[in-house]
Amino acid sequence: MPRLTLPKDELVSKGHSGCAGCGATLLARLCLKALGPKTIINSPACCWSVVQGVWPRAALKVPVIDHAFECTGAVSSGIRAALDAKGIDDVIVVGWAGDGGTVDIGLQALSGAVDRRTDFIYIMYDNEAYMNTGIQCSGCTPLYAWTNTTPGGKNQEWKQVAKKPIMEMLISNGIAYGATVSIAYPEDLVTKVKKAKTIRGTKFIHALSSCPPGWKIPSSKSVEVARLATQTGIFPLYEYENGAYVLNKDVKTKPVEEYLMSQGRFKHLTPAMIAEVQRRVDEDYAALKAKCKGAGASG
Amino acid sequence: METYRDLPQSTYSLQTTESVRTGTWRTFRPIIDTKKCTRCYTCWKFCPDVSIEVREEGEYPRVDYDHCKGCGICANECPTGAIEMVREDSIC
Ligand SMILES: Cc1ncc(C[n+]2csc(CCOP(=O)(O)OP(=O)(O)O)c2C)c(N)n1
Ligand code: SF4
Ligand code: SF4
Ligand SMILES: [Mg+2]
Repeated sequence: MPRLTLPKDELVSKGHSGCAGCGATLLARLCLKALGPKTIINSPACCWSVVQGVWPRAALKVPVIDHAFECTGAVSSGIRAALDAKGIDDVIVVGWAGDGGTVDIGLQALSGAVDRRTDFIYIMYDNEAYMNTGIQCSGCTPLYAWTNTTPGGKNQEWKQVAKKPIMEMLISNGIAYGATVSIAYPEDLVTKVKKAKTIRGTKFIHALSSCPPGWKIPSSKSVEVARLATQTGIFPLYEYENGAYVLNKDVKTKPVEEYLMSQGRFKHLTPAMIAEVQRRVDEDYAALKAKCKGAGASG
Repeated sequence: METYRDLPQSTYSLQTTESVRTGTWRTFRPIIDTKKCTRCYTCWKFCPDVSIEVREEGEYPRVDYDHCKGCGICANECPTGAIEMVREDSIC
C-alpha cells in the first residue's frame, strides 16, 4: 500500500501569509514534523514574522515568541533557563531566524548562546538576503549575486565576496551538532532534525530555503532549484558531531552553471564568473570530502 | 473588540490562520489526474501550503482549493506528470 514517507501531523496551518512557493514555509512545515508539538519557537524580525499571520490568528500550532532582530541566541537561552527553573526537560527550544538575523545582526547573541552551551536548536533558514525588507545583500548572499544593494550597473557592483562560513565559525565556537538541510531532501531533513533533538548542547541547522521573488525564479521551481544547489555541490548536505564530519548525500554531478542560470539573480554572470564559481565550489567540495569520513546512512 | 482596552494584555493568538482563504491568490489551479497518479505522495511532501491532503494512507491525494496558492511545485515535482496547472479563468 502507498505510504507517507514523513510524519503525518501538520504543525503549520493552512492560510499562512508565505508567498506562493516559499521555501522557508515548506522548511518550517518539514522541520515541525520532526520537532513535534512540544516545541517553543522564538524568532526575530524576518519573513517568518509575517508568514505567521496577522493577529488574532497564528500559523504555527506551537508557542512562538517574537523578538528584536539581534536576540535569537539570548531569547533561546532565556527560554531554556525558564524551563530549567520550572523543572521542564521535555520541551525543545528552537531559535528560528533568517540568514541576515543570524550571520550578521544576531551573530553575537548566537555566539553567546553557544558559549553558554545552551541546550537548544538554532535553525537558520537561508534565503541568502534580507528578503522581508525587499532583497538586500546579507553575509549569506552568494558571490556575484544581484540584490537591491548589490545591483551591478556599469561598475559591476554585484556581491563581491563569498558567503560567511557560518558553520565553520560555529563549530570553532563549540556547537555540539551541526547539519545542513534542504527542502529538496525532506527525509534527510527530518532525520537530522530528529537527531538534533536527542543531543544536549547547542545544535545549529543551516537550511537552504529558496525564495521565488528574491532569487527571481518561478514559484513552481522552488524545490527544483534547491535540489540543484545540492546536485552542483554548492550546498552539500553534511553533518558535524564530536569533531567528525559526515557527507549525507554525495550527489555532486552537475556543473554550477545549471544552478546559476536557473535564477534571475545570476543572469548577468559572464563565462569567466561562472568558471570562478565552479573553481571555488570544486575546491570547497574537495575540502569538505577530505573532512568527511564517508557517506552516512541518513535520509 | 471596540477599543484598545479590549485587547488582551499580551498578544496570544486566538485562532489559527486556517480561516484565511489563501486560495483566492491563485492564478493557476493544480488538477490531479488519478489515472496517472501512483499515490507516491511526492506532491503532499513538497506543498508549502499544506494544501495537498492525504486523509488515509492509500487514498489519492486531494487539493484543498480554499488554501492552495497555485505555486505549481506539486505539478513540477510529480514524477508521473499527473498534475496539470490550469488557468483559473479558463475554468467555468
Ligand atoms: C535592528 C533592526 N534592523 C532592521 C530591521 C528591519 N528588518 C526587518 S526584517 C529584515 C530582513 C531580515 O532578513 P533575514 O534575517 O535574512 O530574514 P528574511 O527576511 O530574509 O526571511 C530587516 C532588515 C529590524 N526589524 N530591526
Ligand atoms: S506526486 Fe503525482 S503520482 Fe505522486 S501522489 Fe502526487 S499526483 Fe500522485
Ligand atoms: S499548487 Fe502549490 S499550493 Fe497548490 S497544492 Fe500544489 S504545491 Fe500546494
Ligand atoms: Mg534572509
